[in-house]
Amino acid sequence: MTRHHVADPDKRNEAIEPSSLVAHFGADEPLALESGESLGPWSIAYQAYGALNADKSNAILLCHALTGDQHVANINPVTGKSGWWETMVGPGKPYDTDRFFIICANVLGSCLGTTGPASLDPKTGKPYALHFPVVTIRDMVNAQAKLVDRLGIDTLFCVAGGSMGGMQVLEWAASHPDRVFSAMPIATAAKHTAQNIAFHEVGRQAVMADPDWHSGRYLEEGTRPEKGLAVARMAAHITYLSEQALHRKFGRNLQERAAPTFSFDADFEVESYLRYQGRSFVERFDANSYLFLTRAMDYFDLAKEHDGVLARAFKGSKTRFCIVSFTSDWLFPTSDSRAIVHALNAAGASVSFVEIETDKGHDAFLLDVPELFETTRGFIDSAARARGLAVPMRRADA
Amino acid sequence: MSPLEMTADAAFARVDLLNLASMVEPGSRVLDVGCGDGSLLRLLAEKRSVDARGIELSQSGVNLCVAKGLSVIQGDADTDLVYYPDGSFDYVILSQTLQAMRQPRVVIEHMLRIGRRAIVSFPNFGHWKIRLQLLATGRMPVTKNLAYTWYETPNIHFCTIKDFVDLVDDMGATIEQASALDRFGRPVEMTLPRSLWNLFGEQAVFVLSGK
Repeated sequence: MTRHHVADPDKRNEAIEPSSLVAHFGADEPLALESGESLGPWSIAYQAYGALNADKSNAILLCHALTGDQHVANINPVTGKSGWWETMVGPGKPYDTDRFFIICANVLGSCLGTTGPASLDPKTGKPYALHFPVVTIRDMVNAQAKLVDRLGIDTLFCVAGGSMGGMQVLEWAASHPDRVFSAMPIATAAKHTAQNIAFHEVGRQAVMADPDWHSGRYLEEGTRPEKGLAVARMAAHITYLSEQALHRKFGRNLQERAAPTFSFDADFEVESYLRYQGRSFVERFDANSYLFLTRAMDYFDLAKEHDGVLARAFKGSKTRFCIVSFTSDWLFPTSDSRAIVHALNAAGASVSFVEIETDKGHDAFLLDVPELFETTRGFIDSAARARGLAVPMRRADA
Repeated sequence: MSPLEMTADAAFARVDLLNLASMVEPGSRVLDVGCGDGSLLRLLAEKRSVDARGIELSQSGVNLCVAKGLSVIQGDADTDLVYYPDGSFDYVILSQTLQAMRQPRVVIEHMLRIGRRAIVSFPNFGHWKIRLQLLATGRMPVTKNLAYTWYETPNIHFCTIKDFVDLVDDMGATIEQASALDRFGRPVEMTLPRSLWNLFGEQAVFVLSGK
């Protein structure tokens, strides 16, 4: 069997010594988890952009998606590529770093510096692997809340994010309503559906079926379940795109060849593309983190502890919400967003909702979609006005 | 359309909005169904300090509203009003949209359930110009305010002021206030009998309350 080296020895291990800011919490400040377990000591790695104002009223917390990270608007230290939301975050951008103090933290259970299965278990000195406790969206949010406390911020001006990030936004608004002035859950849902759980299970089984996974102990064994994780990523990637987008990008085009090879080579461009997606993913992501984070999403059901009535999760909420969905997103379809909107209406909360017409599928929230920028700008500016923050003059104000 | 006519239209639209706004108590909670670009909501928020919410079908309309800082949901009045709880607003407004509803009666019933009061404004199909056009030309009337041919109009449920009053009676709702505007945007003299409103009112506004 081929043994893969864990990582390029010259490359910094971002899971253990991240090139981000890190807030450490000692054994005396453990994180109480929803499962009943307690995690400590623990750390949370984050990036910050812009400046916090004197009364600490201009902080925006961005929540990243399943395989995202804290590197929102800077070169990613692992991939060397731009930040994942540079379209939305920066000077003069909708989340304007000239006006706001913008924070994004690596989620609990991930692998870019916040404590997760690739971190070292202080009890054994070895990576946690499957000894890491199963964490939930609420646990991720509670970890972020501890970071926000440490930064001395009482109320966040806005909490925003897409997909799993959107779940964190909803959890923030439901469990810390007084700390969230405005909220933008994008392309998300208040619960993971059976179909979503099913897709995640396929991905997890692909990872676990890889002999290099070694029951999760691959870091100790000096291997990586690259094949399994790549298959998981390939399957998941299909769910992030729409049929129209796949057709538009690839159709039935052949990959650098004139005719099919009558073999199982990647004859089609779409195959080649998916293989590339799988390969590049395994270079940047920890397989066990993928298992834990998909599990956290599966467990998410905001209405569950309110007898299935989602409106009760937002009762009395003073938060201003702006919900966004995309027409071609079949992973978190508009009906999921509408369910949130109806619940917020029923709770009497202030809510705006836009369904954006695009063929880009679930991934649209990460892409260049001008309607998303306009909606965000409008919502953020109006919330800023309501919060007494300065808003630059724009045409819409005339 | 000449600039002068555009100004006249804009002025008329403004009069209609001001007329509606004057019927809303300051500081109340308002839902505008079919709020378009949010002009009325903004006017209500600025002049009457209301907590203004809206529903709008078009993405472009919702975007304009959100940019104005209004809480507006992209949705369809025919299907989405059912999700609003009873008595959650002081006023539910349907401005110039009744005739485009698939089920106008159901929509008004929901408005009366959701709001303490419902305000409905609509173009009066009983106006003398419309009657005259149909009589004289034998064709579906097309006027400046109702500028669509029959086969492409979004306005599928026209009614006259009399028809509307019959519907209100049939639903057992109460007319709290009513006014009609002539084609210059002037209020039709309130002392005139309703049948004359139906003849001279180009637009009608009704404030209703439930049983």
